[in-house]
Amino acid sequence: MHELGLTQNLIEIAEVHARREGAAAIKSLTLKIGSLSGVFPDAIEFAFEVCSKGTLAQGATLEILCIPAIGRCQQCSAETSMESLADSCPECGSFALDILQGQEMAFTEMEID
Amino acid sequence: MCTDCGCAAPAPGHDHGHEPHPRTIRIEEDLLAKNQSLATANRIRFAAHQLFVLNLVSSPGSGKTSILERTLRDLAGQMTFAVLEGDQQTSNDAERIAATGVPVKQINTGTGCHLDAHMVSHGAEAFDLNSTDILMIENVGNLVCPASFDLGEDHKVAVLSVTEGEDKPLKYPHMFRVADLVLINKIDLLPYLRFDLEKCKTFARRINPQIEIIELSCHSGVGMSAWYDWLIREGNRKRDVNHT
Repeated sequence: MHELGLTQNLIEIAEVHARREGAAAIKSLTLKIGSLSGVFPDAIEFAFEVCSKGTLAQGATLEILCIPAIGRCQQCSAETSMESLADSCPECGSFALDILQGQEMAFTEMEID
Repeated sequence: MCTDCGCAAPAPGHDHGHEPHPRTIRIEEDLLAKNQSLATANRIRFAAHQLFVLNLVSSPGSGKTSILERTLRDLAGQMTFAVLEGDQQTSNDAERIAATGVPVKQINTGTGCHLDAHMVSHGAEAFDLNSTDILMIENVGNLVCPASFDLGEDHKVAVLSVTEGEDKPLKYPHMFRVADLVLINKIDLLPYLRFDLEKCKTFARRINPQIEIIELSCHSGVGMSAWYDWLIREGNRKRDVNHT
């Protein structure tokens, strides 16, 4: 459940930006979560409901964009979509894949009022 | 007062003099950014003290504390250690380490499932880092969450015992992906178990082809010298890099 701590970070960052902008409320927050980030989006949503109470983000909608993972083979440089960290290169069979995308846990934008 | 936004301008139809609302603003911040900057600060501080730092991670009961106890006793006089002990509750592990004579500080995370860079930063204040060669950080027993949190260590060392399944690296791939070394512990029990050691090593290398693997038993002592050689080699390598 490290999603709880990540969600607290999210709300902290959101409130800093909202106050700087003079916002009265946060309407929505958008996150990018990679499929191999180790973060479970449902757990973020659950934690957000709890953690946002009494903050500027209370009642805001949370939009989570899931980013599919893409790897590049260290041996043959082929690029491949990845379902798990145990995937191998479909071209040469090597397990040495660099992850190009899919590890994101980024807070990208929010709507304020 | 403006009823739209609560600003002090008279209503209605005035010029707010600020952005219209509602509006969208770009943030583009990593949710781990705060931990990452604290971890970087730790790393700089540890390097200034010529300190070699390991983050020991595993499931509960794999033998992290027992490996530490034996290591601290066997290497006493050869190098100086300090230990940060992470657990949700109790100071039991810190008491075991203290019995070896090595400085130790217990960090209780309460409900938290992992150590973070902030806790380590304050925990390390308990030690005289100038007279310490190696800082061992024993993380909370959990193969999931500690994988995501950089503490400022030089290496994550994953401990896996043969009383667990050989497919642990596949079940908890994030941890084995970020670890540089796996210690496979309790190998003195292999004759009594159906644990396929070679399969386990294959699985670990499938997740992380560069990972180093040492098989040992902190109970019988077999394999411990390979772990000590690794500690001395990697510790020296860090000091050499610092000097150049």
